[in-house]
Amino acid sequence: MHLVYPVVIAAMLFSVGVYGVLARRNAILVLMSVELMLNAVNLNLVVFDMRWADRLHGGQVLTLFVIVLAAAEVGLGLALVLLIYRNRRTVDIDRLRALADRDVDPDSDISAIPDDEGVRR
Amino acid sequence: MTAADVVIVLLGVVAVGSGVLVVATRQLVHAALWLVVSFGSLAASYVVLAAEFVAWVQVLIYVGAIVVLLLFGIMLTRAPIGRSEDLDSDNRVVALVVAAATAAVLVTTLVRGFRSAYFPLKARVGNGSSEVLGASLFRTWVLPFEALSVLLLAALIGAIVLSRTDIGGADSDGDTPQRRERRRGGPGGSLGLARRRGSGPDEDDTIVLSRVDEEV
Repeated sequence: MHLVYPVVIAAMLFSVGVYGVLARRNAILVLMSVELMLNAVNLNLVVFDMRWADRLHGGQVLTLFVIVLAAAEVGLGLALVLLIYRNRRTVDIDRLRALADRDVDPDSDISAIPDDEGVRR
Repeated sequence: MTAADVVIVLLGVVAVGSGVLVVATRQLVHAALWLVVSFGSLAASYVVLAAEFVAWVQVLIYVGAIVVLLLFGIMLTRAPIGRSEDLDSDNRVVALVVAAATAAVLVTTLVRGFRSAYFPLKARVGNGSSEVLGASLFRTWVLPFEALSVLLLAALIGAIVLSRTDIGGADSDGDTPQRRERRRGGPGGSLGLARRRGSGPDEDDTIVLSRVDEEV
């Protein structure tokens, strides 16, 4: 079996995930794109484990570990997303700018800052 | 090109195509369903690569658990069912350029590096069975396995702590017992809490917590 085909598939799936993480606005869609990237890595791990076929089967075992890590990551990430939704009423990551670096004139009135939560209303 | 190569390429086309639909569709629920297609075809390619245990774990955990969890998240954030036009951010072009550059670099490197790399797939049959993998997992990799189980437990507890509002951590400012009681409240409307500027007689200029269904 030629090694190039699955490896190239994994690379393309990874770049699709990169596009999704950068271009999507909904936090849940960003999580889905992260899952795509993790799956691309899993495909690589399985393919190279089958290529070398060593006695430890490290590639497949690491694939299982990555799957478990993805489950933990999605559980925790969705808890965070739901917490943000509860407090801010949005999961739009372009509008969650409470930690952004704003240029604030020190002489200006403090109320000139848009909102205490950084949410444009 | 052997038969396994052809099958892998076809499954890869399905996986990458449905992945593109995940990141390009305008409907949130459809994105989760295309994710099922992508994960399923990846599981099928694991079967082709003779890693059947990993394939079943992929089906069970990814398709069975993670996608369902994502669908729960979609519905709990009250995402619109149907088309919504603002799912893509403004930097779409930049993201496209970055992703295309990543794909170009990776594909070029991999094709140049592994152009003449072959491996006998028939000799690998049985390498991915649950017997072989279980022996490897519980002999060689048992310590990382246990560490990972502790990590999974910690993530579970963390998710519970983040999700519950009555054990602190959710919003600590101005949290009086009355408000906490009000927040705990009845069965309905306890999903979301919104902030608004107080306008009542005794709550001028303070941030009060109100039910979502009072506000919207």
